[in-house]
Amino acid sequence: MAQIDLKDLRHSYTPDPASEADYALKRMDVCWRDGGAYALLGPSGCGKSTLLNIISGLVAPSEGRILFDGQDVTHLPPNQRHIAQVFQFPVIYDTMTVYDNLAFPLRNRRVPAERVDQRVREIAEMLELGDRLSSRAAGLGPDDKQKISMGRGVVRDDVNVIMFDEPLTVIDPHLKWKLRSKLKELHQRVKLTMIYVTHDQTEALTFADEVIVMQDGRIVQIGTPVDLFERPTHTFVGHFIGSPGMNLLPCALAGDAASYRGRTIPLAEAPTKAAAGAKLELGVRPEFVRFVDATDPAAIPVDVVRVADAGRHRIVETRAGEDRIFLLAPEGDAIPDGAAHVAFRRERTRVYADGWLASDQTGA
Amino acid sequence: MTMEFQSVAKRVGVDTHIYETNLTLSEAGFNVLLGATGAGKTTLIKLMAGLESVSSGRILLNGEDVTARSPQKRNVSLVHQFFVNYPHMSVFENIASPLRIARVAEDEIKRRVGEAAELMRLGPYLERRPAELSGGQQQRTALARAIVKDSALVLLDEPLANLDYKLREELRDELPRLFADRGAIVVYATSEPSEALLLGGFTATMREGRVTHFGPTAQIYREPRDLATAQVFSDPPMNVASVEKQGAQIRLGDGARWAASGAIAAAPDGRYTMGVRPNFVSPTEDGADRVRIDGKVLVTELSGSESVAHFELPGAIWVSQSHGVHPYEVGESRAFYLDPSRCLYFDAAGARVAN
Repeated sequence: MAQIDLKDLRHSYTPDPASEADYALKRMDVCWRDGGAYALLGPSGCGKSTLLNIISGLVAPSEGRILFDGQDVTHLPPNQRHIAQVFQFPVIYDTMTVYDNLAFPLRNRRVPAERVDQRVREIAEMLELGDRLSSRAAGLGPDDKQKISMGRGVVRDDVNVIMFDEPLTVIDPHLKWKLRSKLKELHQRVKLTMIYVTHDQTEALTFADEVIVMQDGRIVQIGTPVDLFERPTHTFVGHFIGSPGMNLLPCALAGDAASYRGRTIPLAEAPTKAAAGAKLELGVRPEFVRFVDATDPAAIPVDVVRVADAGRHRIVETRAGEDRIFLLAPEGDAIPDGAAHVAFRRERTRVYADGWLASDQTGA
Repeated sequence: MTMEFQSVAKRVGVDTHIYETNLTLSEAGFNVLLGATGAGKTTLIKLMAGLESVSSGRILLNGEDVTARSPQKRNVSLVHQFFVNYPHMSVFENIASPLRIARVAEDEIKRRVGEAAELMRLGPYLERRPAELSGGQQQRTALARAIVKDSALVLLDEPLANLDYKLREELRDELPRLFADRGAIVVYATSEPSEALLLGGFTATMREGRVTHFGPTAQIYREPRDLATAQVFSDPPMNVASVEKQGAQIRLGDGARWAASGAIAAAPDGRYTMGVRPNFVSPTEDGADRVRIDGKVLVTELSGSESVAHFELPGAIWVSQSHGVHPYEVGESRAFYLDPSRCLYFDAAGARVAN
């Protein structure tokens, strides 16, 4: 187990990078605490796989250092970094029993048989594989196979970090819930540093204590799931997290408030960081938009154009002029037809200047 | 336009892949096949396409028997989970390929490919090869080819499963609009209940080779015919428990009890299986008639907008899904509140107790 530090890390796949655009990973400084659960979240091509490969030692960074518990491992080969990895497709030996699969990483490292037995049984019990230890892996379902992969990752005592690369992508939704909660439980019990790479916000947010959101090789925000949801520091995070993502509406400033379509929109945080000439946007999540009476001072007239039934809530699409404003209505709530008015929850409405949050957090 | 399955079954050797199925699909909205891997969705799609032959029964297209017709003569488009494009052809030629085979005139090809590419936002990439595109763009190329063909039957087999979450969200929103008013019967297979809901239209829930229920999507979700349908159509999985109905009262284990209301009130006394979706089990008492259930918190998941707790009650593990942030402690025993008006009841055979 280890704390992981990335110091001034930067990477380019071209030998002589001339400009910022040549870097697949822009400069970053990150500290991952020992025993923490982290997620790397971003769309394909955002650089998360490059970062993963740098940590595991498959790729040497062009610049910067990687420290495990203060020790420089930047140029250490993968097999000396003591990292366990779990991939999208379970990597297990079909012809071996569940027991032998779990024991494999330990026997490989010449761990005494007694200790192997103790560890394998411990991990198998956590993963609810205890009753199938003597079954061949070939006969198991995809979820049990992925559990074995996870088990092989955590069975060793000497791993610095365990990395999961899209481990649930090919798993059915029902089993995803089970595996996710198993993984979570495993983390709560073994307290290993875990890094989970995914493009799926639900997986990232439900797994991690802290999520690193990446876009175009850059870390755009590091925060708890609640931070990312309630206070995205960039419009990309606002859009990428949440389903649908944050509403982003062109606005102007009116002192400490914003002005949108002739209405003054009260804000909890003054947009003090909005530079003159910057493109200003009002950001508010669909969860924090509600229908109000026309008499409400902050009411914005809209037209309801579409209602999608998502089961436990409905996704309502409205238009204010050219702008689309989404809101979520709980199952069972009445939804007006055609012309209506909406308002934004003040504490959750932000102003963004050229994409970046234009306010500082004020004491709650 | 309709496609009708009349007592269609598919057996391979001694195994039954599809049990006798009767189903009528139309062009009025997407027809979603919802079920886990192995439920029979892909087999059903192959039978529709003519890629597999039925063991018994008939398939009618607009009343005409097409059971023995080859895939080429069924006027079908099929899009798979894994993007299938011609690697040596440009995106333009990939999209145009079915029109070339049909010997459509050159300017007509240009027009239709342009239109399909516009819909799929592939305009700037028409001269590229598939390998130079992102996964999402490759899949949109395959979808554009399905659109350009103007097929009577469009079969989409988990077409978004391999795409990024956000892109999936976008395409899921657009697809029903893209195919609306094209007069085609669209069949869409997915393993995700949330996807079925958002696509709307009609849903056939599938489990182990059987269509358990078919009808308007929202109705299947809220009024499932049986326990299997309710379980297939629930994400997170539906909470279930065995309950005892005695007179006007429902009892769960030794503790919680509440007044029977709705159809269950008129049902005979005895044991039933009760099912309730995780969003109707809350950590706070949101209404006067809520039923308190005590459980031990096993695992918590916090997504920012929602809090999920997996908790243990005697004989079952349940999930509560609620809005906002709830400070759970793993291991704590605490109260959850069930909305009894949202409970579904199923008899010993699994049929939902309904009026």
